Amino acid sequence: MNKTILNFIATLVLALILSLFLPWWSVMTAALASALFIPLKKFAVFFVPFLAIFLFWSVYSFALSSGNDYTLAKRISQLLYLGSNPYLLIIITGLVGGLAAGTAALLGKQITVVTK
Amino acid sequence: MKYAKLLLSFVLTIGVFFVLNTKLGSLPPLGKFLNPSAGIWQNETDESVTGTIDIPGLTDKVTVHYNAQMIPHLFAQNEHDLYKAQGYITAKHRLWQIEFQTHAAAGRLSEIFGEGALNYDRTERRRGMGYGADQAMEYMKQHDTETLNYIQDYADGVNTYINELNPKDYPVEYKLLNYEPEAWSPKKTALLLMYMTKMLAGGDDDLEYTNVLRLVGQKNFDLLFPDFFDRTDPVIPKDTDWSFIDVPQTKLPASKALLDTIVETIEKPHPDNGSNNWAISGAKSATGNPILANDPHLGLNLPCIWFVMQLSTPNHTAFGATIPGALGIISGFNQHIAWGETNATRDVIDWYKIEFNSDRTKYKYDGAWKDVSMRVEDIKIKGKPHYKDTVLYTHHGPVVFDKNFKSDNERSGYAMRWIGHDGGNNQKTFIELNKANNYNDYVAALNFWNAPAQNFVFASTAGDIALWIQGKFPNKWEGQGKFLMDGSNPENDWQSYIPQKFNAHTKNPKRGFVSSANQHPVDENYPYYVFNDGYETYRNRVINDFFNSKETFSVADFKALHNNNFNLKASELLPYMIAHMDTATLNASEQLIFNEIKAWAFNNDINEVGPSIWRQWYGKLYDMVWDEFDDDTLALISPYTYQTIHLLKHKGDHKFMDIKATEDTIETAKDLFLLSFKKAAKRLAEIKDEKGDYTWLNYKATYAGHLLQALPAFSRFNIPIGGDRNIVNATSENHGPSWRMIVELSSPPKAIGIYPGGQSGNPGSQYYDNFIEDWAAGKYHELNVLQSQEITADIIGTQTLIPASNE
Repeated sequence: MNKTILNFIATLVLALILSLFLPWWSVMTAALASALFIPLKKFAVFFVPFLAIFLFWSVYSFALSSGNDYTLAKRISQLLYLGSNPYLLIIITGLVGGLAAGTAALLGKQITVVTK
Repeated sequence: MKYAKLLLSFVLTIGVFFVLNTKLGSLPPLGKFLNPSAGIWQNETDESVTGTIDIPGLTDKVTVHYNAQMIPHLFAQNEHDLYKAQGYITAKHRLWQIEFQTHAAAGRLSEIFGEGALNYDRTERRRGMGYGADQAMEYMKQHDTETLNYIQDYADGVNTYINELNPKDYPVEYKLLNYEPEAWSPKKTALLLMYMTKMLAGGDDDLEYTNVLRLVGQKNFDLLFPDFFDRTDPVIPKDTDWSFIDVPQTKLPASKALLDTIVETIEKPHPDNGSNNWAISGAKSATGNPILANDPHLGLNLPCIWFVMQLSTPNHTAFGATIPGALGIISGFNQHIAWGETNATRDVIDWYKIEFNSDRTKYKYDGAWKDVSMRVEDIKIKGKPHYKDTVLYTHHGPVVFDKNFKSDNERSGYAMRWIGHDGGNNQKTFIELNKANNYNDYVAALNFWNAPAQNFVFASTAGDIALWIQGKFPNKWEGQGKFLMDGSNPENDWQSYIPQKFNAHTKNPKRGFVSSANQHPVDENYPYYVFNDGYETYRNRVINDFFNSKETFSVADFKALHNNNFNLKASELLPYMIAHMDTATLNASEQLIFNEIKAWAFNNDINEVGPSIWRQWYGKLYDMVWDEFDDDTLALISPYTYQTIHLLKHKGDHKFMDIKATEDTIETAKDLFLLSFKKAAKRLAEIKDEKGDYTWLNYKATYAGHLLQALPAFSRFNIPIGGDRNIVNATSENHGPSWRMIVELSSPPKAIGIYPGGQSGNPGSQYYDNFIEDWAAGKYHELNVLQSQEITADIIGTQTLIPASNE
């Protein structure tokens, strides 16, 4: 299988599993681990785990929120000055998770470079 | 190169982790906060109202039915299980609130917010909030372990809930502020009761009065602050016979007020904290059954201070409003009786000047030196070292003001004598009221109540109505404690208490109704010293006039009275102002506003402009009249509204009417009417520019603010409701009827009630604020008592709490 797809799936699955018993930085751990074992190149190093976690966090938050009429999401987006827009909050959630994962993957990649 | 890149990516990763894991200013830790697996998205959920829950320590099964309003109906087999379940269910819906309020009571907000809350925390501790809670705990340990055990049951229930939680389940406020719930304890219930005592009996103006007395002299003081106004319509009817009282008032010693200069005093509770309650006898009721109503006026907050529950055992069924953190129903009814409270403000805080020896270990008393005791208040501050504040205690109470707090005098201080420090057993009153069957049980239950003094209204299916003004009141000498007193003179100490049976009360009065609205408790004929310490003077008269206006009344009349917007205060001054103001100099736009207010019929309805013009006009007028008391360098109080209006109408050329700043002219009341009107008109024009118009709806803009300083995202704004302070519908901007209840004492009783909030404390729940529209519209919800086995269509879910096996 294509390494990109493999990394994407590994990051996603690992993050899902780790999130069951680790705090929010489980997504960083997952991305770091998959970068160590399934190294990618160039932009893909950051963007593949970024996309995996963006997808995880935004879809999961969408699923939780849409089932409750976005009641809390509207309030929290107002709280964060996003103008009561729950979708914007969902996207920001994805971006935050993605950013954390992508950064951790960069570190993982550099470790593989050094230890090669 | 590759090592540089490694280092760079390492630093970047750590940086991203740090930023997303740390609360930065008001911004929560975003990674933690937005993580869908454990952050706020987990709070995006409705209430769970089904299933079976294991509760350690239960002796039997407890059934919890929820109705469509999310009101839990608890059915336990005994009282221990009942209060355990009440603790559990309350925590389930209001955990953050109960902890936050008790942290606030204990002066522990710096732990959550950091240094910004330190001054608040020091004030609460110097006020002796923790000390008072300790005294209450001590009292119960020694005299009433039964009640203490119930409080322990409640604590166990709360803790069972807390122990069930994973961080992902924490209420959203914990996630926002990045902290965790701690274990609940019986002392927290005592702290909550102190919080209520402070809210309702924590205000006084002795030190302000002292400054005013020094400034204006005794004669003027008595004119501005008379012990009784020229008319009173007291809680206990004027024709009450007091001849049964055989313990006299304390004899007047030769004591004099100490005319110190006090610059600053501690923060006081909201001056509008008060309430209405009333009950009519069967003879005055359209159905022949007594009817009772209660509406406590408190800050309008989310989550609301009230949480509605039914609490049943095989022996009793109580239903009504609870205060999360305390046991039992506070304002409600059972199968036999109904009860409710209004605040019975009395001067139960006095201040004593204390003179210390050189190292402040002793203070002067009765010609000798007496030991000071010390209480070290250890205040945790988020992100900073602890702050230790040593508070000195005398036999009077804590020395609130000394060289370490709002004063610079090395050798003296002001000690606070507060009934709230006396310990006692307030919780027992509610536990007993919940089970009371008749008038005698009600009176017996009140016996345990010390503070805050309340007007407890009562009605029973047996046909009795009553009202007791219950609290522990010092038997003061004439004038005692109105001003600062010399703490070294034993004559100034509280000498004794008014025997409980001589507390003012009325049962089945001739007029066929009882009522209270924070007005003067009694008239001059009551044989103990009571003076006007800020009593309400308008709502009571509207209520009493209403019940004197016709023969019989129905529940519909009660609803109309709750929602009555008649502004008696305006009706007593406005016609006089309009008749006596010189209108020759009004310009066109001022004339327009003048015509608007002339056309107003004194109803504070939302679509009127009259209430807004009145508020502006009277506000400006009041400030002009009492410009003498506008002084930033002194703690002062201006006279109360009733006396202000009285003086404007009857002593319009008194020297107080003159504006001090205009040295070459002498203003009278009539001049002030015009000057203040012009000022008000200017401000109203500005408001019109800002808000589009100044209808009462937009002017007042009532809101229910989240407990975190009305955090906009969790609050509700522009609630369409009329009324104002001093009006029966006492809804001002952020204060008003926090619970409205009407009970008809049929057999069994029928009740309706509502409050401006919702049963859930979770801003992510549809039940967070779903009562607000109906409340604003003057509607009520039926409070239908359920039977444990009965599954009605109204039940949306049932939870069963079962004893956890001891493994």
